[in-house]
Amino acid sequence: MKLDDVPQDAETSSYAGHSKLLYAVDQQGRYQGAQSAGWDAENYATQQALAELELLEQEAWHGWRSGQLSPLPCLMYRYRMDELALAQVTGLWRWRLRRHFKPQVFARLSRVVLARYADAFGLPLEQLLAHQQGTVHEL
Amino acid sequence: MSFNHQQSAHCESGVMSSLLTHAGLPISEPMAFGLSSALAFAYLPLVKLSGMPLIAYRMPPKHIIKTLSKRLGVRLHTATFSQPKKGQEALDRALDQGRLVGLQSSVFWLPYFPAEMRFHFNAHNLLAYGRDEGEYLLSDPVFEEPVRCSAEALHKARFAKGALAAKGLLYWLDDVPLEHDWLALIRKSILSTARILDGMPLPWIGIRGIDHLANKINGLDLNAKKYNRLYLTHIVRMQEEIGTGGAGFRFMYASFLQEAGVLLADEQLQTAAKELTQIGDQWRQFALLCVKQSRGKDAGLGMQPIAQALHAIAQQERALFKGLALWAKQRQ
Repeated sequence: MKLDDVPQDAETSSYAGHSKLLYAVDQQGRYQGAQSAGWDAENYATQQALAELELLEQEAWHGWRSGQLSPLPCLMYRYRMDELALAQVTGLWRWRLRRHFKPQVFARLSRVVLARYADAFGLPLEQLLAHQQGTVHEL
Repeated sequence: MSFNHQQSAHCESGVMSSLLTHAGLPISEPMAFGLSSALAFAYLPLVKLSGMPLIAYRMPPKHIIKTLSKRLGVRLHTATFSQPKKGQEALDRALDQGRLVGLQSSVFWLPYFPAEMRFHFNAHNLLAYGRDEGEYLLSDPVFEEPVRCSAEALHKARFAKGALAAKGLLYWLDDVPLEHDWLALIRKSILSTARILDGMPLPWIGIRGIDHLANKINGLDLNAKKYNRLYLTHIVRMQEEIGTGGAGFRFMYASFLQEAGVLLADEQLQTAAKELTQIGDQWRQFALLCVKQSRGKDAGLGMQPIAQALHAIAQQERALFKGLALWAKQRQ
């Protein structure tokens, strides 16, 4: 890649105003570090992954609103995890996770188990306890 | 502590470059990357990231830190902690002693990362060089400038659980030798990279892995549009998004070959650098093809042109690294 070809697609960038370092060659073919403000192709790829997570979060949110799901799946996607990642972070088996996604099972979860989820999402335990009691209507 | 922050393409090679330079052995990031034989390719279908196979363009996390320390004869001090509190105390103690400390952390919990870049990757590396009013002074290699981070957030990031959990890993270098047999180091590291790329018996590792990925792409069901889009852009993300210096580390390795060629006044390495730069340009073209296909612009062409581009890359990398292996064995 030549220095002139280092992409500077700042408008579509996912770097939030930052630049990242690439390695490119000057006119004589000598390598040097060069800052890139963003690359359309890369940004498109990042946006696909983010959009997919948002879609899953939306679906899980509707599931929670309609009483078919506990708030856990929605929070899982919001904090950019899938079942595998959440299982690894909480140290719970996936089949247990899936049970906890049912509202009636979620309602009976102990503080100890809820604390694991709170820690995984970086949320105060009280917030999950409030969801368990059904006293909040926002997620 | 007087410390010069330097922006890098990749966190681990950047951290090692800074640690060694700070210890009096100035070494560029590409040199740190090349001398530790970090370039690779792997297609690991059993390791899943958001339901997608892991596609890696380099050796696994911690490889650079360990291999480079070993090859340069540096004493690497490392510690992990079962109790987060002890991990924080150890970091504070090391900083109070005036040390430059390497840390492994999660990306997701570092507040100074742009929201769009925050994913659950636990093997990020950065340096701590001081404390000030309850905040840590950090040199995160992929950022332009040094950053500050609250103790609470850094703590959470260092002890995030899950795959590749850092367990508060901190490290520093002791006794950095300043004299080296550069020819021997360069030969050894190139030979090792040639073996990884073109000498492994497994079909998922090295250049065979690149051909394997090409076959996988060729075999995608054209009707599964959404899956294909996520699959192809996943490859692009692994290749470009996660600090690689462009083209899945190929440009950085070419820069290493060039620097090594200048250091040893060796024409053959400089020619190899040029060839790898051209191969890197083809990796970027391949990324563009993946994105075009995902956007539906080349939809009529199917997957074959993408797979062919990848097979062509594999063929050229094989020829290049066969030549480099021969160079490493014969150079006196």
